[in-house]
Amino acid sequence: MNHRLAQLRIGALSAITLLSSVTDVSADTWQSDVWRVLRLQDYNTRVVLLGTLILGIACGVVGTFTLLRRRALIGDAASHATLPGLAIAFMIMAARGGDGKFLPGLLLGATIAGLLGMGTILLIRHTTRLKEDAALGIVLSVYFGFGMALLGVIQKMRTGHAAGLEAFIYGKTASMLAADAWLIAGMAVIVMVACALLFKELALLCFDQEYAAARGYPVRLLDIALMMLITLAVVTGLQAVGLILVIALLIIPPAAARFWTNHLGYMCLIAALIGGISGVIGAGISAMAARLPAGAIIVVVAGVFFFISMIIGPARGMLYRGLHAYSLRRKTGEQHLLRVLHEWQEVTHDTAMPFDEAVKARSWSSAYLRQLIRAADRRGWVRPFTGTWIELTEAGHREAKRVVRNHRLWETYLIHYAQIAPHHVDHNADRIEHVLGAEMVEELERLAGESADRKPMSSPHPLLMPQPGGQGNT
Amino acid sequence: MNFARRLHAGSAEATVGGSHQASLPLAIDDMTVAYDRKPVLWDVDLDLPAGQVIGIVGPNGAGKSTLMKAALDLIPKLSGRVLFYGQPYAKQRHLVGYVPQRETIDWDFPVSALDVAVMGCYGRIGWFRPVRRQDREQAMSALSRVGMADFAKRQISQLSGGQQQRVFLARALAQDAQIYFMDEPLAGVDAATEKMIVALLHELRSAGRTVVVVHHDLQTVAEYFDQVVLLNMRVVAAGPTGATFTPENLEKTYGGRLTLLDQAAQAVANPDIQSSS
Repeated sequence: MNHRLAQLRIGALSAITLLSSVTDVSADTWQSDVWRVLRLQDYNTRVVLLGTLILGIACGVVGTFTLLRRRALIGDAASHATLPGLAIAFMIMAARGGDGKFLPGLLLGATIAGLLGMGTILLIRHTTRLKEDAALGIVLSVYFGFGMALLGVIQKMRTGHAAGLEAFIYGKTASMLAADAWLIAGMAVIVMVACALLFKELALLCFDQEYAAARGYPVRLLDIALMMLITLAVVTGLQAVGLILVIALLIIPPAAARFWTNHLGYMCLIAALIGGISGVIGAGISAMAARLPAGAIIVVVAGVFFFISMIIGPARGMLYRGLHAYSLRRKTGEQHLLRVLHEWQEVTHDTAMPFDEAVKARSWSSAYLRQLIRAADRRGWVRPFTGTWIELTEAGHREAKRVVRNHRLWETYLIHYAQIAPHHVDHNADRIEHVLGAEMVEELERLAGESADRKPMSSPHPLLMPQPGGQGNT
Repeated sequence: MNFARRLHAGSAEATVGGSHQASLPLAIDDMTVAYDRKPVLWDVDLDLPAGQVIGIVGPNGAGKSTLMKAALDLIPKLSGRVLFYGQPYAKQRHLVGYVPQRETIDWDFPVSALDVAVMGCYGRIGWFRPVRRQDREQAMSALSRVGMADFAKRQISQLSGGQQQRVFLARALAQDAQIYFMDEPLAGVDAATEKMIVALLHELRSAGRTVVVVHHDLQTVAEYFDQVVLLNMRVVAAGPTGATFTPENLEKTYGGRLTLLDQAAQAVANPDIQSSS
């Protein structure tokens, strides 16, 4: 019982109960397996987790470049193209009387087939007018189909033991040996070092290929180098993630990282971090429960990271964008209020405006107007609201002058340069004036023949203001 | 060995004007360029003098950008020879700065203004090496020259059109080239940026640099450029602006479609159509 409570504290219980329902291994041995994995007691487990960690990091880094080069799906073609290589390598090794599942041999075959697939894509792209997506689709399906056919042949072969090859399709870390994990870790390190060395060249290739070419960079060679790195990363991930899902490790961590930063270096780091953590968690869970495909878990974990990033990422997450849109709407509303008060004063020479008139001036609900007044009060732009009269403070007056001036500059510009009829202008100007930057205002002043120190210009169209006691215009 | 051969070749060419060409920033001989077999530039001969601001002017589809790209080996030439200071482009890259059209850039890319300017230093940094402090300093001073130092850390999509253009100018400046190719640097920029860029062009000229600018606004040609190249699938006229930018030459460049040239181009691209038309 204590044992179980300890696990609870680690916080793995929910995952464990979920998993135990889908595994038929007896609960006792199963839980001791979990315990061993979590405490990293087992040398083999430690190495496997380290291997998938480095794999996730390497895929995150390479994936950043492919994502930015808008070649996200090329990794999918590469991974599917490895299958015939795996099958042929297996057949050759089995036919020579060796162990058909000798990992270095299988991965060598996979690498060769993957590179052939990439070469086929380049060939199709450069010799025909087919677009890249068609080339990807052709290579992916034909190579994969050929590989499946070869697997069928292997099933019929006497040598048997072909069952293990399916692990490369769906991914399986449970059967991974320390030697396998070291091999994977080594390959992943090679990919990372290559990316680090070529960092600025690959960045330039992805960002501005034409400029890179003009500066003398061998753009095609760099492109091939990137494709080779993708192939290597994909082959590295075959055993742990499986060829169907390894693409996820190339796309999801970088895509998630983009929500957090606008800086390429940090994007690489964050993608590496998300990839690495997803790899470790997925491989760990799969090592505990042999029946759960590691690839699926890794991808689901990465997916969770993606959705979290999409929502709360500070660079372009939904929450941030939503807040930004809300604050712009709020700012727009406040500026409208200032303008209404200012124009009221221009027309009536009255510094205070009745609440009811303000409601009529724009199609505001009285609740929304109260909200705006409270917000303006917090900024010190209007005097505390008593319920009937709204009145600008000194600071509010200055701000209102600025707002009205920008509005009218923009209106004047629209009338004179965009040939918009004066009675339409007010509405059009409304949307833009709130985002005018200092540079644009200068430009508008120049066009309108206004100098910056001038007093507020007069409205280029008659002000449509409800007259006190009269009927309000719209 | 190589040097001796070059000397030899130089002296051989001197008799046919080679030494004259060696001093020119750009000498184009008989260049023809085609996209997918359809020729867009015919037999272009062009010698550009040093220390001038040169405008390339012509209607849409006249091959202005193509001229630049072909000279920079970005698209293949059907025929012809291009020499920068007497040598092919591959040997003179460090002397040539290029500012591509703004439309070709992915503005969402996670780079800051400073990152872009630093790219101008890549040629000096060399392969496999990270960006050094002195490169960042050089890029910063290039940004200051175009008035963008305060925006160095901004991601490029958070800049206005004019500011984006300035950043790409800064990248070319950071390279410290002898001749600059700028593809429509004044398209879609605000008045303040236009003024700044034109001042920069003249500043580069004062420093002895040659600047070649693809330009679309005929009203400002006489004001901005020392020399002008009028282009419409072939060079209609080229030379000092005053003598070249004349109504007759403009009429030749813009007036009417060059039906014969155009038809010939179509015929080369699509032999099947010839019989039916």
